[in-house]
Order: sequence, then C-alpha cells, then structure tokens
Amino acid sequence: MVNLIIDGVKVQAEEDSTILEVAKFYGIDIPTLCYHEQLTPYGACRLCMVEVEDGRRTRLVASCLYPVREGIRVKTHSERVMKGRKLILELLLARCPNSKTLQDLASQMGLEQVRFKMENKDCILCGLCVRMCAEQMGSGAIGFVGRGQKREVVTPFRMASEICRNCGACMYICPVVDLHCRGVKSPGELCNSCLVITPQCLGKYDQVMCTLDSCGACVQKEEK
Amino acid sequence: MKMKKIRTPQELDSLRNSLLKQKDTNKPCVRVCLGTGCRAHGSANVMTSFKDEIERQGLEIQVDCKQTGCHGFCERGPVIVIGPKEIFYQKVKPTDVPEIVSKTLLNGEVVDRLLYIDPTGQRALYEHEVPFYKKQTRLILANNGKIDPTSILDYIAIGGYQALATAITTMSCEEIIDTIEKSGLRGLGGGGFPTGRKWRSCKEAHGDVKFVIGNGDEGDPGAFSDRSLMEANPHSILEGMIIGAYAIGANQGYLYVRAEYPLALKHLQTAIDQARKYGFLGNNIFNSGFDFDIKINQGGGAFVCGESSALMASIEGKMGEPRAKYIHTVERGLWNQPTNLNNVKTWANVPLIINNGADWFAKIGTEKSKGTGIFSLVGKVNNTGLVEIQMGTPLKTIIYDIGGGITRGKRFKAVQTGGPSGGCIPEELLDLTVDFEKLTESGSMMGSGGMIVMDEETCMVDVARYFLDFLQNESCGKCVPCREGIKRMLEIVTKITKGKAGKEDLELLRDLATMVKNFSLCGLGQTAPNTVLSTLRYFGDEYDAHIRDKKCPAGICRDLITFAILEDKCTGCGACFKLCPQQAIQGKPKELHLIDPAKCMRCGICRDACPFEAIIVR
Repeated sequence: MVNLIIDGVKVQAEEDSTILEVAKFYGIDIPTLCYHEQLTPYGACRLCMVEVEDGRRTRLVASCLYPVREGIRVKTHSERVMKGRKLILELLLARCPNSKTLQDLASQMGLEQVRFKMENKDCILCGLCVRMCAEQMGSGAIGFVGRGQKREVVTPFRMASEICRNCGACMYICPVVDLHCRGVKSPGELCNSCLVITPQCLGKYDQVMCTLDSCGACVQKEEK
Repeated sequence: MKMKKIRTPQELDSLRNSLLKQKDTNKPCVRVCLGTGCRAHGSANVMTSFKDEIERQGLEIQVDCKQTGCHGFCERGPVIVIGPKEIFYQKVKPTDVPEIVSKTLLNGEVVDRLLYIDPTGQRALYEHEVPFYKKQTRLILANNGKIDPTSILDYIAIGGYQALATAITTMSCEEIIDTIEKSGLRGLGGGGFPTGRKWRSCKEAHGDVKFVIGNGDEGDPGAFSDRSLMEANPHSILEGMIIGAYAIGANQGYLYVRAEYPLALKHLQTAIDQARKYGFLGNNIFNSGFDFDIKINQGGGAFVCGESSALMASIEGKMGEPRAKYIHTVERGLWNQPTNLNNVKTWANVPLIINNGADWFAKIGTEKSKGTGIFSLVGKVNNTGLVEIQMGTPLKTIIYDIGGGITRGKRFKAVQTGGPSGGCIPEELLDLTVDFEKLTESGSMMGSGGMIVMDEETCMVDVARYFLDFLQNESCGKCVPCREGIKRMLEIVTKITKGKAGKEDLELLRDLATMVKNFSLCGLGQTAPNTVLSTLRYFGDEYDAHIRDKKCPAGICRDLITFAILEDKCTGCGACFKLCPQQAIQGKPKELHLIDPAKCMRCGICRDACPFEAIIVR
C-alpha cells in the first residue's frame, strides 16, 4: 500500500493505481472526457490534470495516468488547475458547442462564456471509441488519421469497414454526440440552464462533496 | 574478397598503422565538400570537374581527389581544401577547376580570387584563418572536412574505433558509465539531461531486452546540425552507440532519421555495412562476447516524432504520437523495454570522452554545461553555416565574430534559438553566455541547435505567427491544449497582425500560452508557446503598437502599413509605375508619382524597384 494525501485527506492506495482511480474510490470528483475504467488510459483531454507535490517540486500531471507514489500531496481543485481546466473546456466548447456533456461540465465549473470563434463539430477526438472498438470489441475497425487540425476518427480509407460489426459500441461510449444541447442562445454564450434542472451535487453526493469540491451549482443559482 | 574481421585492439592498431604508412602526406589532395549545403551551390559538379580534369591531364597517380562532409561555412559554398598545404578555397565553380589543378595542385601556387577575404580586406589562406572558424571549438565536427564519410578506412586512419576497442577490452560497463557521468556530458537533443545518469537508469532498469536509439529526426525549420554530422561523420555516431550499448547492456540499436535526409541515410547505411564487415557491429565484438547491431528507421517527416516516446511509437510501427512519460522510457520505452535514447550529437561525443578522458571533457564549457554546442547559424547574418562553440560562449561572439554581423549593415533585433520550441532573445541579452541554463532562464532553450538571427526589419508578432502556424500543422493532435490551444493562439496572433485585436485578446493570448505550456502532454506542446511568451516578454511594445496604434513598427504586417513616395527623392523615372501589379501608382514621366492606397496591395515590388530609395513604408 502507498500513503498519499489528496485534497488534505490522508489516504491509502494500492501500488500501481493511478491518482484518478484513488480519487474516484474516495469519492473525489475529477472531471474526465477521455477516461473509462475498462479502457487503457489515454491522457488526451487534460481535464483530469491535478497538482502533485512530491517534496522536490510541484507539477501538473494527468491523474488518469500518473501512478500514485509514497508521500505525494495531490490537489485536485487548486486555483491553477481550475483555471486551466476551464480554459480547456472553453476550447472544447468552441469546437463542439452543442454537446450537452460539455455544457454540463461548463455549468459545474462556472464557465459562462466562450471567447473563441465557434465551430460546429461533433467530435472532441477523445479516442474512447477507437479504444473501445480495439480493446473491448476486439475489432479495430476505426482509428485516427491525420495530424493536428486534420486529425479525425475514420474507418480505413474512409470506406465501409469489412471488420465493423455495426455493434454500436463506439456510439455508446461517445461522451459528446449522445445528446445535443438545445439551450445555446447567441454564439459564445452558455445558458447554464441545465443547472437549474439537475444540480449535480444534490442527488449524487448528498452535499458531502460541497466541503471538498465546489461544483459551482450553488453559486450559480444564487447569482441567477 | 572476404574481409577479416577485427577482433583485437592490436589488429586495429596494425590496420591503422598500415593505413598511415600507405598514405603519402605530401601528395596533393583536393577535398571537395559534398554536404547538402555545398551540393545546393553545385559542389557535385565541381567534384565531377575535378575528376574529369585530373583524368584529362593524366594525374590519377600524382593527386588525390575525395569527397568530404560539411565544413560548416555553407554561406561560401562550394568550399574545397587542398592538401598538403591545406589551402582553403570558397565559392568554387566548375570553370575554376582546370586552373586549380594546374596551379595549386601541381605547383602549389595560390589562386587569389578564390581565397576568403574578410570584411576588413584580410586574405585567409587556411581554414583556421577565416574569422568564421577562429572562435569555434570544433570537437564533434573536427573531422567533418578531413575524412570521406563513405570510407571506414579514413575514419580508422584518424583514430576511429579506438575508443570502442579501449572501452570494450579494458573498461567495465560501470567504468564507462562513470566516465560519461564524470565528464558532465548532457543530452544535446535539447533537453540537456545528464547522459551518464540516463545510461545508469537504463542499465539498472529491469528488462531482459534493452535498446539504444540514436535520434536524428531533426525537424526544426532552420536547423541542420544533426544532418551535417550524419552526412559527414557517420562512424562517430555508430561508435558512440556501440560503446553506449555495451555499457547499458543492449544488443539492438536503432537510428531514427528523417526520410528527407537522403544523403545522411545513405552515408549511415554505408557506415553500418562497413562496420559490420569489419566486425565493429555484429556478434562477439572485439572477442568480448558482446553482440550488437544497428537498424535505421526512416521517419516520415513528422516534427513530433523527434519526441522520444512518439519516436518509439513510430519505430514500433504505430502512429507517431507521444505518451505521458511518468514512467520513463529508460524503464519502459521501445516495446515496453528499457530504452536509452540520445541525440546523434550526444552519441558522437562518447568516443571523444573515452579517448581523452572525463577530465578533459569536463574542462570544456561552463560549470553545469560541459563540452560544445552545435548551432545552425542562419537568418539575417553574413556567415550562415554550422557552428560549434564551447558552452559559455557569448551570443555576441557567435553572431558578430563568427557570424560576421547582420547582413546589409542592418541593426540586430533578436535571435531565435531552439527552433519553434525556443524563444526570441533580444538585443539587451546579447552578452548572454550560451549554455542550457542561461538559455532556459532567458525564456528560450537549446533545442536542436537552430539559431535564427533577425534584423530590424523583422516583425516579432509575425515571427510568433510563423512559428505557431508551423506548430499548428506539426502538433499530433492527441491532446486538447496543444491541438486546440495552438490553433486559437494562432487565431489571436493573426488577428493582431491584421490590426483587429483588442486588449482583451492579449490577455487571452497570455492565458492560453500559460495553459498550453502547463497542460500539454508532451514536450512539443509544453514548449510551443515559448515564442509567444518570449516575444511578449521582450517585445511587448511591438504587440502594443499593433493593437493600440494599429501600426507594424517593422513594416511587415501588410494590413498595417502603407507605402508612400517621398517628394524630394522621386525623380519620376517610372520604374515603380511599370512594375506595380495593381496599377496603383500614377504620375507622368519626370514628375512626382503617387500611390493610391486603396488599390495598393502592399507587395513592396515598387520599393525594391526604386533606384532612388524614394518609396518608404509607414
């Protein structure tokens, strides 16, 4: 067992587990978009970044990949972390403004405005579908092509794949396209209306989390 | 003929002695640089002309003619050196060849017009007299201009593979790593990680199979030091890798080289084949029971594949994408086995350290950065070329003494080191001594050794835009901060160059740059904002001028400048009038001409054409 401190709480964790796994186990919510328990961690969305102090220095690491080590101190919601997370989410929302998952996260983090020019894409390139297809379905019918801005998920040569069984697992696991948000007003403005309907902290955590991690819902409500 | 493999240091000695004995040191020999720089100037034709001329005059026995790799002084290519007197000629054309052969080669006379004349009018007869070479300390590049890169015998004759023989037959693995650690050698790929410590971690890591990799995937715009080394002295890299592999306990090595470097690939492959033939690669090297071989992998030209984990993914046949290195590659690298990756320049240092000792190497350079650094000096500088300097040499020395100052007598503005990942260093910091720490402190980095000099006519916002555009295309696209962040930074910077940005955009740019630096997955993303951050730091007033005054002080950003004709200088010659593609210039012959700003597309053709410098940018 490894001893570490997460958000001021002394916890024990099994060796080889990641910070994210430990945090989840202790009920600390770290937002993720490219992570799934049953798939290889990928470390691409960077929302799960946390601050780790190992005695020598403090640095930002992706909690889905960082193996716990003896004596480290982890801050999952420090100011530096939150500022970066919000900006990353803002970038993702500018790419896929209609995703309910992203809009919900924005509400939780108190992000109200997108300052970038809006695009209208459906995919955040989290790679969950690619890993799902390859690792769980044993198929590998889809994959990434292109680099940088040209990166996308497609079947080989963009033709109907012979090995695709139309199982739909890729659609099942996709965090973005499942539900389109209809709340967007003018471009760049987020409605935060989902908050009013489902304040996350109530049903899910029974207010326990509010002492550790503020989802922003209560603040938002008061302001409105 | 089957070559007998060299199995003992004595056999190597006797081979070298017999090579030296055969060689007549007084025999005239012309060495033509066939590096890529000189080839571009037409040195291949010079080489052919020499061969033809020597054949025509029937001198095949009296004189030698051989190719070498890059001498470094690419600005003055094609360069040749004529032995035994070592006379240095520059800008040689095929038509000069008959004269050189009959005068210099046969009679030892000097052809004056081919000598290098420095700006003060001083003639330089030898390479070491040229100011470009005077302040350099050439260790890794020392033999570039002396040996034929395609001949292992040339390399053996100058003491090649001696370090390997010493290391394998007289030193233990521990001793080798101790020596490298004591020498203070640091990774020359840019990171500057202590090489000895890396080797030790790899040696101590658990794994049945271990690998060593030579990284020659140099993708920075304006950098060509790795290429020149691979082209000119491939055996030094191989020798370093074999010694490293022996110390670490690896039996397989990989050289990862861009496919865009065909000559480097050719020379490396030839070198590997020759090393196998002589028994320096293969089974039971120097009768030690140690087996090692090297395979070349060609990179497809992705900048990100210079990053170690992306490079390893590429060798494995996967997409060239980096992974988080919380578990280091020395523990789990190529195929999840302990892997030691070093830049080719780092590997080439190893034989030197083994031959001359750790103390010798530790004396060169500064307290924390030992040895030499190789820079590709390019941009608005008189002597572009390949420069090797002691760590701790001031930037001023590199740019003014070695580089010969700024072209056309313009004023120095900034120097960009470390390629797209580095930053811009301003005039105030010209006294900065170049080493890993100082460059990082200044907001730049050593990187792969690009050094781009910029003069007063360079717009720093435009420079930031250029590098962001490069990085946007070269980001692998895996992680969000790098893929989306660089794109948005480019959007903002482009907006600034168009004069459409406000103050809030600058704030956002700063926030984005900081976030991309801290949140990106790999080194590419983490260093991508350096150009933006360093130009914001040192040239903030230029950003302000673009945003507040809607002006580009350097006169580069097209949307923010206007061309005007000076009344007192215009003679009405009509040179501009004839060339303007937009017909934006009006005026009668011998009268003042005028530019219509509405039609003008600010191409600058008129300014270049005006013989009286009457057209200015506002």
